[in-house]
Amino acid sequence: MSSIDQYIDLYGHNRETVEAATPDVINRLRRPALEALKSFGRFPGKRDEGYSRFSVEDLFAPDYGVNIARVPFAVDVTQSFRCDVPNVSTLLGVVVNDAFRPTTTLLKNLPEGVTVSSLASVASEDPEFIGRYLGALSHNRDAASALNTMLMQDGVVIRVRAGVKLEKAIQIVNIFNASASLMSVRRMLVVLEEGASARMLVCDHSQSADFGYLSSQVTEIFLHPGASLEYCDIEESSEQTSRMSQLYVSQDTGSRLAVNGTSLTVGRTRNEFHVDINGENCDAELAVMAIADGSQVIDNSSRINHLAPHSRSNQLFKYLLDDKSQGAFEGLILVAPDAVHTEAYQTDRNMLASAEARMHTAPQLEIYCDDVKCSHGAATGQLDRNALFYMQTRGVPEDEARMMLMQAFMGDVIEHVSIDGLRDRLRHLVERRLSGEHAACGDCAASCHN
Amino acid sequence: MAKDKDINPGADSADDVLRDVTGSDYKYGFVSDIDSDIIARGLNEDVVRLISEKKGEPDWLLDFRLKAFRHWQTLTMPTWAHLDIPPIDYQAISYYAAPKKKESPKSLDEVDPQLLDTFNRLGIPLEEQKVLSGMAVDAVMDSVSVKTTHREKLAELGIIFCSFSEAVKDYPDLVRKYLGKVVSYRDNFFAALNSAVFSDGSFVYIPKGVRCPMELSTYFRINASGTGQFERTLIVADDDSYVSYLEGCTAPMRDENQLHAAIVEIIVEERAEVKYSTVQNWYAGDRDGKGGVYNFVTKRGLCRGDYSKLSWTQVETGSAITWKYPGCILAGEGSVGEFYSVAVTNNFQQADTGTKMIHIGKNSRSTIVSKGISAGHSQNSYRGLVSVAPDASGVRNYTQCDSLLLSATCGAHTFPYIDVKNDTAIVEHEATTSKISEDQLFYCNQRGIPTEEAVALIVNGYAKEVMNKLPMEFAVEAQKLLSITLEGSVG
Repeated sequence: MSSIDQYIDLYGHNRETVEAATPDVINRLRRPALEALKSFGRFPGKRDEGYSRFSVEDLFAPDYGVNIARVPFAVDVTQSFRCDVPNVSTLLGVVVNDAFRPTTTLLKNLPEGVTVSSLASVASEDPEFIGRYLGALSHNRDAASALNTMLMQDGVVIRVRAGVKLEKAIQIVNIFNASASLMSVRRMLVVLEEGASARMLVCDHSQSADFGYLSSQVTEIFLHPGASLEYCDIEESSEQTSRMSQLYVSQDTGSRLAVNGTSLTVGRTRNEFHVDINGENCDAELAVMAIADGSQVIDNSSRINHLAPHSRSNQLFKYLLDDKSQGAFEGLILVAPDAVHTEAYQTDRNMLASAEARMHTAPQLEIYCDDVKCSHGAATGQLDRNALFYMQTRGVPEDEARMMLMQAFMGDVIEHVSIDGLRDRLRHLVERRLSGEHAACGDCAASCHN
Repeated sequence: MAKDKDINPGADSADDVLRDVTGSDYKYGFVSDIDSDIIARGLNEDVVRLISEKKGEPDWLLDFRLKAFRHWQTLTMPTWAHLDIPPIDYQAISYYAAPKKKESPKSLDEVDPQLLDTFNRLGIPLEEQKVLSGMAVDAVMDSVSVKTTHREKLAELGIIFCSFSEAVKDYPDLVRKYLGKVVSYRDNFFAALNSAVFSDGSFVYIPKGVRCPMELSTYFRINASGTGQFERTLIVADDDSYVSYLEGCTAPMRDENQLHAAIVEIIVEERAEVKYSTVQNWYAGDRDGKGGVYNFVTKRGLCRGDYSKLSWTQVETGSAITWKYPGCILAGEGSVGEFYSVAVTNNFQQADTGTKMIHIGKNSRSTIVSKGISAGHSQNSYRGLVSVAPDASGVRNYTQCDSLLLSATCGAHTFPYIDVKNDTAIVEHEATTSKISEDQLFYCNQRGIPTEEAVALIVNGYAKEVMNKLPMEFAVEAQKLLSITLEGSVG
């Protein structure tokens, strides 16, 4: 029996409870999702192409609780939790498990033309908007996204109206807080209308290391002509936390996308990046880094579909793997027959710091058009002994030299972040991570990591 | 491209040349009128027994075939490749076709003159005087070895070079020791099929310390219609030996698709070196993609000894569909694997080819250079695996795969898999995809080189890195093939 059945049963037995939380515009997506799940029959495992080092089946197999009854949590985390990025003032919203809770500062400071709100409430207020966008990209393409659609009850909707350029970054903090092992079905919908621009920072935290958590995240991003989005995602939860994150982006003419992903502390995680470039003169930039030790498993998969001419994409993936950790990267650039003058590049660099760390890489090109410039490069190796020796001869102790080189290795991913304060913060986080410390958020009262 | 004609005279002439060249007959597409012994179409245990009986095989080999056949029955054809393969009816193929002959020929005089003529037309020096040109040839028609030349001279050195069936009779211990040791019948669908029905092939054994003085060569030819070709090649290079082995193939032009599912197994012992070169020119189908050979081959070498070396060089220009990954299992310490490939696809050809480098031994090294050239409506994929085992320290791999696109309707794809389980390994992969730039063509035009010649020049320059690895005799042929397949196809 596949672990998919327990979710099909769960929905079958509790359909009314699940649907009570959301209006019809969301509920009507559930049946096709259920049908899709049934036809998949199982989650992909290690023998499936594209999942060679990561079993989604195993990820979903444990018997997690799902809070379908929408039991509210007694602790008001919004009062005690501050995941501030020093020197960056953000519009902060918190997602506790899967329920969105805006902060008072967020509600006060939201400029006109910008919506940051809960999925359930937007669906009631503007069903037409939700009907148009929700599920249009994830589309039950695979079992994990279908599961998310079948069980989603809340999430975050971010909408920036045409021409609005948001200066402050929007920060969404995902927190796990439960006194039992729990699966959260998280959903995010981001729509930037024509000429709009925004920056987003999303980070994951777990408040207890005693329980296993699983988050199923589906994020759909629509960039209308000329829109520009910078999206930063930081995984800083616990080793008991697993994550299945799927990011879907549709880019229209002249839009710009910059995604920055950082996996620091998490148990098992799979991050999928699906980008459809549907218009001309688009830019898509992906810069992703992963630092893993212990028995962490980090799997990143990217798929950039160049479906229109004259667009550019650039991807950079870097892994630093220690102990018995495992890394996997599968990246595909697809250039459709008409997408002439596409420029698409992909780089994957991996460093193995221990004898038992594993790295699996599959950078792929599928090109159906002759007038393109495409390349990919992948390399797996270790710290340059010559560089290490050079630094030692100049009086830098080996440990420190090693640290500096590792930091430098991750440096060019961090350079892609345009939010100044966040860049410094990331550098700090990486430094703390490399020295084996949890980058606990200094003055924060929530103390996620104790 | 047609609409550009009026405004771009260069493209016009290039187009004409392309049409002329690709429209010209496949040079090797004739059928020889040779009496063949063909068994009825279809595949079952009786057919497997019949093949074994016809070849007068010992029981252990029949057992091997039957085990393979029973395993094959449990398998379904894999579908993961980036290929569009029409369904194959395995019951519609005849699994054994041999040129009829009374007894094994003792000299060339006894060989059917029609048959000799066939090989002469293919330019294969079977005749004694040509043999003096210094290449030992084993010619395989419809999977049965027809004649092996130069055998006596090789025997003096203790080198065994003969057809597979002869090897089974004369050197059963050697064959039994090595058969299926690199490519097990359980390896994949086509390996299982081949293990069940293989009809002949070549066997090479190079004894310890012997450097084979001449290139060994096998020419494969499918002649009979409605048949498949299932041959096996087994090469064993004992300690400190060296051999260079060449393989060439052609087939008649037929509207039907023919299946070629061969197995090549190579065992390289301590400090030995094997160089395996292929110029694959099976019939590729006509301009509309009708007919052509399905080339689904399993080729693998085991570098068992320390400091052994195996080098694959392949020039793939033929076949409607090519699906193969010549690989090296680098088990010996300091063993070396090399893979140099030029894969050209035109019209409606499809290729999904590459290599597997499996590093098990410490300090083993591998180099992969793959050059894909696609034209017409073809699809050309590189797929390769570099894997480093946990105990394989100090491994070094460098992979470079480039794709050249010559038309707007073709596709070039790259699917490398890199699997590193040791922290001291250095594994690199680089890939680029591009077309011949207008600047390059303009530069050549300026200097009086016509467009079509410029394309040939650039393509040859692009493929040179691989061509240089081919033995002289093959390099000339390969270069010719390359220009025939592609000349003038400017996108």
